[in-house]
Amino acid sequence: MDFLLPMLVDGLAASALIFFIAVGLTLVFSVLRVLNVAHGSFYAVGAYVAVTIGGVVMSAGAPQWLSFPILFLSAALTAALLGPVIERTFIRFTYGKPEAVQILVTFALFLIFEDLQKLVFGVQAYYQDAAVNVLGISDIGGIIYLNYQLLLIALAAAVVVALRVMLHHTRLGKMIVAVVADPEVSATLGIDTRRVYMAAFTIGVFLAALGGALASPNSGVAPGLGAEAIVLGFAVAAIGGLGQIEGAALAAVIVGIARVLAIYYVPQLEPVAPYLVMLAVLLVRPYGLFGAATQRKI
Amino acid sequence: MLHFIIILALAAAFAAIPAFFPWLAFVFTLVLAKGFAALGVAILLRAGLISIGHALFYAVGAYTVGFLSSRAGVNLLIPQLVAAAVVSGLFGLVIGLFMVRYRGIFFAMLNLAVSMVGYTLLSKLYTLTGGTDGLSIATPRVLGMTVGREAFEAILLYGGLGLAFVVGIVVHRYLKSPMGEALPAVESNEIRLEYLGIAVPRVLLFAYVGSAVLAGIGGAIHALIVGHITPDLAYWTTSGQLVLVAVLGGIGGVAGPFIGATFLESVRAAAVIYAPDAWNIIIGAGLLVVIFFLPRGLHGLIERITRKGERP
Amino acid sequence: MSAPLLSVRGVRVAFGGVKAADGVDLDVNAGEFLAIIGPNGSGKTTFINLATGYVKPQAGTIRLEGRDITSARPRDVTKLGIARAFQIPQLFTEHTVLENLMLAVAANQGFWRWQSPLGSPAVREAAMDLLTTVGLADMVGASSNALNEGARKLTDIALALALKPRLLLLDEPTAGVSTDEKFPLMDRLAAVLRERGVTAVFVEHDMDLVRRYADRVVVWNQGRVVADGAPDAVLTDPAVLRDVVGVL
Repeated sequence: MDFLLPMLVDGLAASALIFFIAVGLTLVFSVLRVLNVAHGSFYAVGAYVAVTIGGVVMSAGAPQWLSFPILFLSAALTAALLGPVIERTFIRFTYGKPEAVQILVTFALFLIFEDLQKLVFGVQAYYQDAAVNVLGISDIGGIIYLNYQLLLIALAAAVVVALRVMLHHTRLGKMIVAVVADPEVSATLGIDTRRVYMAAFTIGVFLAALGGALASPNSGVAPGLGAEAIVLGFAVAAIGGLGQIEGAALAAVIVGIARVLAIYYVPQLEPVAPYLVMLAVLLVRPYGLFGAATQRKI
Repeated sequence: MLHFIIILALAAAFAAIPAFFPWLAFVFTLVLAKGFAALGVAILLRAGLISIGHALFYAVGAYTVGFLSSRAGVNLLIPQLVAAAVVSGLFGLVIGLFMVRYRGIFFAMLNLAVSMVGYTLLSKLYTLTGGTDGLSIATPRVLGMTVGREAFEAILLYGGLGLAFVVGIVVHRYLKSPMGEALPAVESNEIRLEYLGIAVPRVLLFAYVGSAVLAGIGGAIHALIVGHITPDLAYWTTSGQLVLVAVLGGIGGVAGPFIGATFLESVRAAAVIYAPDAWNIIIGAGLLVVIFFLPRGLHGLIERITRKGERP
Repeated sequence: MSAPLLSVRGVRVAFGGVKAADGVDLDVNAGEFLAIIGPNGSGKTTFINLATGYVKPQAGTIRLEGRDITSARPRDVTKLGIARAFQIPQLFTEHTVLENLMLAVAANQGFWRWQSPLGSPAVREAAMDLLTTVGLADMVGASSNALNEGARKLTDIALALALKPRLLLLDEPTAGVSTDEKFPLMDRLAAVLRERGVTAVFVEHDMDLVRRYADRVVVWNQGRVVADGAPDAVLTDPAVLRDVVGVL
């Protein structure tokens, strides 16, 4: 059993990264009522921005510890540059439109981002692992852990708490909750729903970009990251129930454990483990673990 | 009537142009391949269902041919095509049983997810699929005759065009049947369909299997004309092209996807030369343009012209 | 007395604490016209939703001629001969009025024949007959999306009639229909139903219509059946007048 615990840390650390995508996807969906197919692209862009800035700063001889705040800075930069612009232009067009239009518009964005990444960052893979090295390792009970992985798990947990606090104890958070409950009533109460939409979307972009940035020191960046990100992020969001933040957290843990079990028993199934969990959950509960069916009033 | 004449004229032009510009024969055969697959996507679009993973069935059709050719040694055109249709139909049936429970964004994303799993498997199962190297397909024998490459490509183009006509008529009749007319009804009022005693999942499963078969036929033609296939056929960007072709062609009629495919493959022929790295940007921007400015697609343009002609 | 056509026993269902049905026992007898009246939000529509399987009861059983249909889906119930018309008309907005009706007629007439056109002569004729019955013969080509509320209601009722049901559940059939049209419509509808021997349940707010067309009246209040009997008796009951009719 000695190797199970490290494997679990490994699995949960990977899940933590997917959780960053899923939680943003779910948050944006619950506020804007738009499921952004291009959401995974922000993960990829966040990763590219992080390795690019990291590479420049590190090769300029900056101290190693700086590589860590750069990850957060990169995510913030990505969110600030892309969030408001994308929401104001393409996403806003789809509000209140049929779901088919929302899918097509965000899917088109996804395609455009795919090539933009290649044009800007090229097709080669990048590695920038200073942040992993600088954190070092821990020896707990004779088992070696990468501190970076433990930190990822802690950060994911912190995001759950931070979102809770933000939604229930800050002005912006309360406005978001009000808009989720009823956009029209919120507007009549003087809430600027357009700003709330923009803020929520930008937070979603930030979380996805943060996931990508945090993933980059461990696994590097290469084309195709966005597709993997949106598919896994959606799987986790759907397992938890679309729009459910705690659901996404629980789903991420389940997916992490499922991956470990797959590696342990049937290694070939490891890449498809998240989908098998999604299939099983959706067959039993079509709206996810925490989601509820909404029946049309007739 | 005018409508049908326009489509006949387009088909005649389609058949004639490669005779004068032989280098276009290859492009036009790919147009047929994409057109078949996009017609499948368009059938589902009528029910408001957007599959952004239909490249999976395109790849299943292509790999069925590839497997028969390079692994099983079956180098016969007709059996290869039939097998591709049957195998992709079976995949459609199994996956469709799960998919027909979902609508809207879930349907779209689950199709994407399944196609990504398929892409991963095609890349990883090296012994079966050749991994990322893919499979090569030899020129098959046609009706027992050994044919040269040039003759085979002509057979594929004109045979494919004939097949497109037959399939087009069959699909057109299906869309006008009660089950076909029920597709837009699924989108507009599924509850009422249930209250007419109609099993909506069965309506959708039939459409899903049919769309998978069409995509499989398209994939098979693709494999045969290109002669080499890779897992990229199943990648989501291929699905994106199929969705664009279906939307571009409009979902109004069976000719739409073929018109859309002609347009798109022509653009692609130019893009390969002038903007090889921006192909997905072109596809994405094209989708946005259609959604913003041409909600009924190119086929809608023909409809508008003929409407004006018939009702002055 | 023969066994009831539809039999509801001890049915309970609540939506977030609001009891729409709170231990309801109710029989619908073959051949009768039963009116259900009661204040808004008392659960009348829920009764129709329960009987057709759209809403599943948390307790109790629903039987059609002795056959348990408690957990049946709407399409199963429909196949057993129960049809419904909706309070808010449920139409196929992408289709014309005639196509709407043809889909309904085709639903149990060669629906799965995938290479035959929807508009076969027999189906088209049956659809036209139904539209004539509800007085919409001159609307055949109109898009169902472009109709006024009254015409939408009539189309909705015609869709239910197309199924040739044994039991027809009508949810406020004349709401939205103009005052001059109400009685002619109900006259035509009642005649067709009597002629075909269809049993009908209709939720209604208009007491004049209830008096004129119902054989029996059930009063529904706060998820319970509080009165049940002939229209003359129920509609003159002081308690009913005070609690129900008075607030309508």
